[in-house]
Amino acid sequence: MIKAGKKLSQERRLALIGFLFVLPAVILFIVLVFIPLLQAFYMSLFDWSTIREVKKFIGLKNYIDMFHDPKFIKSVKVTITWTIIVVPSIIFFSLLLALILNLKSLRFKGLFRTIYFIPVVTNMVAAAFVWRWLFEPTNGVINYFLSLLHLPQPGWLADPKWALPAMMIVGVWKQIGFAMVIFLAGLQTIPRDMFEAAYLDGASGVTMLRKITLPLLNPTIVFTSVMLVINAFRVFTIPYVMSAGGFTYGEPGGPLDSTRVFVIHIYDYGFRQFELGYASANAFFLLLVIMVATIIQFKTLERPFEY
Amino acid sequence: MEMKRTNIFVLFLLYGILIIGAVWMLLPLAWMTSAAFKPMSEIIQVPPTWIPKHFTLDNIKEVFKQVPFARYFLNSIVTTGVIVLSVLLTSTMAGYGFAKFNFKGKRILFLLILSSLMIPFQVRMIPLYQIAQHLKIVDTYLGVVFPWLFDAMGVFLMNQFMLTIPNELIEAARIDGASEGRIFFTIVIPQLKPAISALAIFTFSWSWEEFLWPLIVTNSDRVRTLPVGLQYFSEQYGINIHWQMAGAFVAILPVLIVFFIMQKQFVEGITLTGLKG
Repeated sequence: MIKAGKKLSQERRLALIGFLFVLPAVILFIVLVFIPLLQAFYMSLFDWSTIREVKKFIGLKNYIDMFHDPKFIKSVKVTITWTIIVVPSIIFFSLLLALILNLKSLRFKGLFRTIYFIPVVTNMVAAAFVWRWLFEPTNGVINYFLSLLHLPQPGWLADPKWALPAMMIVGVWKQIGFAMVIFLAGLQTIPRDMFEAAYLDGASGVTMLRKITLPLLNPTIVFTSVMLVINAFRVFTIPYVMSAGGFTYGEPGGPLDSTRVFVIHIYDYGFRQFELGYASANAFFLLLVIMVATIIQFKTLERPFEY
Repeated sequence: MEMKRTNIFVLFLLYGILIIGAVWMLLPLAWMTSAAFKPMSEIIQVPPTWIPKHFTLDNIKEVFKQVPFARYFLNSIVTTGVIVLSVLLTSTMAGYGFAKFNFKGKRILFLLILSSLMIPFQVRMIPLYQIAQHLKIVDTYLGVVFPWLFDAMGVFLMNQFMLTIPNELIEAARIDGASEGRIFFTIVIPQLKPAISALAIFTFSWSWEEFLWPLIVTNSDRVRTLPVGLQYFSEQYGINIHWQMAGAFVAILPVLIVFFIMQKQFVEGITLTGLKG
């Protein structure tokens, strides 16, 4: 009887200690995530502007207005363009590189791996400066290369047609090494004797790639793709730095909103025009997209959860 | 014989792909390094020179004179340091609590925290800015760091690692009369050194790179972090490419050196997850 009582109190003591261990994270979660999220939703129901000094409840009007806002439509288009070009390009290049660097007979693999990873650890703002200047229409190195090849030399960042492609090249540049390392890790998990057996059966390299490597790597490819899609929807630094400041002193998302990705769109309404309510409604649209992507990601991965 | 020839051709093709890719990866760094050490007149020259003809250290000296670079560095180091420490502490503690204890509401709390992985920062940034305004911490170090003091990804990862620690180890220490704090710091934490250092590097790399929030919350050189300071500098001195390249060089070099020294840990830490953008 006494023993049981003691055991119970020990259990309660441990429960309390466990709770105390998670408490700092829980408090920070409530203050930094939960309350701001509720507040953002609350604000999205208002015509709320610190410049016009209004705060008026308008229900879901912001959400309805959004779909008639040419800037919203433009930024969704720009972000989707970015996503459907940048993500497959990264997957293609990084998979190709990982497959090559996974070959046994090749030399200097470590060196190449290091080189491809360098952009990942290079400060993006500083790198964007350099790219901005490389893409300079008259003195830039890229147009110099193109002139050597007798190719047309676009105005790049100054031209609404070419600004986004220039930035997408940088977006791919930044993330190839990251995806490549994940694929290399995935490739290491494929047992070597599978290839040996296939080789003895007379399978060619291409057949092995199609029948063994790609199917076994498929979960990794899907996981990485979804991760890159989420990153693509949140891209900000590259288009911001490459469109604003520097030689041209452009507007963020310019020229002519041709690089207005969705986060620049939210930033523009929230922190340049101070339309807090409307900006919050737009942010919730982003939340919806990212939630769906994350759920897909976790579903495909099926990480073993403990709880 | 036929076989051999195709093999050599394939080998050439593969190395060709690798080298073209490597040139693409290194192009901005090579050009930046070259431009940082040559005068403006040589930078805008077409065709470009790769090895400076008129080598100079003036750009680097000017950048430190014109721009409070040392200050930006200090600001970045302080804010990143605080963020890393706080994330490590809250993540290991919560991971331990969730993995090794039973209490009411544990499951729901864990899922709630985990669900914040789905919430992009951009949804929270307007309310967070209002909080900063209310607390009068706009344009202070605290203002720069407070949204990042806790990271759901860190809690999740540490929880996964904590589960691998045998319960017997903890119970034995408890029977020996060790206090709970002592068990945590001297028995549990040392078991997870590799995982914790990976989390530290992962946290360091995204917080060092963070641009959007410091852009919003800082407006003086006293607190501007390196990325924001660089951008501010470029908005002020847009035409002075030679200074910008020197600035970019100075900003990139230290992290690159650390990367070369601790390459393995860096790759492990950063690929731990890419969920941070």
